[in-house]
Amino acid sequence: MTIQSEYLKERRDQEWRAELRNKLKGKERTNLPRVHMPEESPEERVKHQNLEVNTGLSKEQALVEASRCMDCANPTCIEGCPVQINIPEFIKNIEREEFALAAKTLKQTNALPAVCGRVCPQEKQCESKCFYLTKLKKEPVAIGYLERFAADWEQNSGIMDIPECAPKNGKKVATVGSGPSSLSFAGDMIKLGYEVTVFEALHEIGGVLKYGIPEFRLPNKKVDIELDVLKKMGVKFETNFIVGRTASFDQLKEEGYEGFFVGSGAGLPRFMNIPGENNNGILSSNEYLTRVNLMGANNDKNDTLVLKGKNVAVIGGGNTAMDSVRTAKRLGAERAIIVYRRSRVEMPARVEEVKHADEEGIEFMNLANPLEYFADEAGRVNKMRVQMMELGEPDSSGRRRPVPIEGSETDIDVDLVIVAVGVSPNPLIPACLPDLTVSRWGTIEVNDNMQSSIPVLFAGGDIVRGGATVILAMGDGRNAAKSMHEYLMTINK
Amino acid sequence: MNQIVEKEFFSENVVKLVVEAPLIAKARKPGNFVILRVSENGERIPLTIAAADETKGTITIIAQKVGVSTEKLAQLEVGDALIDLVGPLGKETDIHNVGTVLACGGGVGVAPLLPIVEGFKKAGNRVISVLAARSKDLIILEDEIRKWSDEVIIMTDDGSHGKKGLVTQGAEEVILREKVNECIVIGPAIMMKFTSLLTKKYNIPTQASLNSMMVDGTGMCGACRVTVGGKTKFTCVDGPEFDAHQIDFDEMMMRLGGYKTEEKIDFEQFMNRS
Ligand SMILES: Cc1cc2nc3c(=O)[nH]c(=O)nc-3n(C[C@H](O)[C@H](O)[C@H](O)COP(=O)(O)OP(=O)(O)OC[C@H]3O[C@@H](n4cnc5c(N)ncnc54)[C@H](O)[C@@H]3O)c2cc1C
Ligand code: FES
Repeated sequence: MTIQSEYLKERRDQEWRAELRNKLKGKERTNLPRVHMPEESPEERVKHQNLEVNTGLSKEQALVEASRCMDCANPTCIEGCPVQINIPEFIKNIEREEFALAAKTLKQTNALPAVCGRVCPQEKQCESKCFYLTKLKKEPVAIGYLERFAADWEQNSGIMDIPECAPKNGKKVATVGSGPSSLSFAGDMIKLGYEVTVFEALHEIGGVLKYGIPEFRLPNKKVDIELDVLKKMGVKFETNFIVGRTASFDQLKEEGYEGFFVGSGAGLPRFMNIPGENNNGILSSNEYLTRVNLMGANNDKNDTLVLKGKNVAVIGGGNTAMDSVRTAKRLGAERAIIVYRRSRVEMPARVEEVKHADEEGIEFMNLANPLEYFADEAGRVNKMRVQMMELGEPDSSGRRRPVPIEGSETDIDVDLVIVAVGVSPNPLIPACLPDLTVSRWGTIEVNDNMQSSIPVLFAGGDIVRGGATVILAMGDGRNAAKSMHEYLMTINK
Repeated sequence: MNQIVEKEFFSENVVKLVVEAPLIAKARKPGNFVILRVSENGERIPLTIAAADETKGTITIIAQKVGVSTEKLAQLEVGDALIDLVGPLGKETDIHNVGTVLACGGGVGVAPLLPIVEGFKKAGNRVISVLAARSKDLIILEDEIRKWSDEVIIMTDDGSHGKKGLVTQGAEEVILREKVNECIVIGPAIMMKFTSLLTKKYNIPTQASLNSMMVDGTGMCGACRVTVGGKTKFTCVDGPEFDAHQIDFDEMMMRLGGYKTEEKIDFEQFMNRS
């Protein structure tokens, strides 16, 4: 038995959990239907950029849903969680109405549960390994909704548990960037007794959580409350600071920083390099979402502007594309269309986002790929040419490759196009560190301990993986913290 | 905090601000710029670093009032602070000893030109500067440019200062007169376009520094993209200087007008409020 499974068994053998398991018969649990997340109506929500779509489970709903969980002897769900949250333990704490303990269980391994409960692709992770799905062929326990419930309950209680920190060990470390990978690294290192400074290039902390993911999916204040906990633990935040430019790594070393974690993200938007793509009214999803989410361009009181469109096409099928197209709808688009070169089942976006988009009247133009854009005299895009595709043999990603159908080109009227076809790693850091080994794609190469070719420099999140997920970024941050701690302790012996 | 320690109006619409920014003052190189925000609701605006004083820990920026944000910036007084200031951004100018350098600056483009002129002079070049503007009061930093130039030619549209005529006339005069090894041009897009066409005719390698629209300034959004040599580049990280003969200036001008309608409405609302 591994340490992890021994620990889980020990927790499961606690008296209260055994009692709880006996409270209901298996059938009484499995006969319960999966809870539905309460939502704002589509008609209402498309009127507000900042109205969260999911309103959260009520206490009663959460209690029933928590009682569906069988508290399995072999909790396979945990295998599906990149940060190995003790899922049955937090859910059983909800069932016995110990919500604060549920939140505490989450926070043992996840620094941002209110965020993850909202944005993780649970259907591909924990919930895909749930006993209900794998053995009973029923809908899995709504682990994500329950995670959000416990985290929100703690946030709303006004009493945030501030994790304990070891006595200061006199060592300083820094993160480059303030996205989820850096935040989880910072949380773990401050607990271990380090002085931690988070350096962020932008004027806001949070990385994609702030500039990318819209308020209707992840309210900024949810992120801010979690950030506040880190502040209370002693993490220092420096905005408007580009490591490598405002000050070099060497300068920071002189100031006493002994270790660095690079979580600089995959900030560089990709374009398709097709004719007419630089016309006005064609922008990257990063630009579009940054203008709206970070700069508040949807609100007249802010000076930043954003182009509005009547006929908006968004190219791509990921979360970024869904966020962009739903934002366009909220900013008044009459037609907001997803143009994606594969079919709906291949879309990498979270299933819930696609469902929500559908309900909001987003049109899906699947198996279609833009070929060229046309513009009016002022240079503003007014038409796009798309080619229809069919699915051929699977490619290296295992998904069936889209193949163009000859002669299938059609033109559609558009006055705003948002390109969401992926991002490349942010080249700023590699550019200022010639000794750093990077891959062909520009990602930083690290070993299993998240350590780069420069020993004091660790890295994780999108700068290592290319565009990935919040939870994977956070898992990397945690691993890096653990390894950097071990490393700094050995070299300083 | 990024306090303003000095302020001076060069003309009604052009203001110079000296701002506390010790780290940027230390790290900046010719060609670099900063991004700043004036207030909580403000835009992120890019401005070139015209000068820096490492010992005092200050940088100098020069802004022309063109919209809401620059108007607000010009309203700040000594003692006020910028809420956000980040930099230095962009690639530094490739400065080396080439022989004779022709530096052409139009309007407020003279501000970013200044550190480059200084750099080329210090690298041992012969530097001839051509400064151009509509009229005398719009010629800025003449004395500072003179300090680092072997010769300065002033061109005004109305002849109120120096010679009457366009920057290209002043530049061509120099090119016909002596061997020019390299040219650098900074100013309004149209001025850069025609200067670039001129130097292309005479086969003089030319750099132009672009003032594209920007949001983050760190390569994250692509708002600043331009076509150079048929390829899309991001001005904020690949530039701001590019081989002028390769730049698609027409596309650049078209992109600069991308928010014209929205900007006009916004500016009118702002002026009505204030
Ligand atoms: C619109 C959108 C929607 C998404 N939706 C989801 C979702 O629903 N679920 C999910 O799991 N994932 C989602 N993702 C992906 C997820 O957000 C990322 O995988 C995750 O944020 C990566 O975290 P990170 O810590 O690597 O970096 P980021 O969050 O990218 O943060 C990097 C930060 O580093 C800063 N930085 C860069 N260089 C420097 C420097 N030199 N000095 C200082 N600071 C620097 C950047 O400004 C940035 O703020 C989405 C992404 C986008 C863009
Ligand atoms: S300003 Fe955003 S990429 Fe250049």
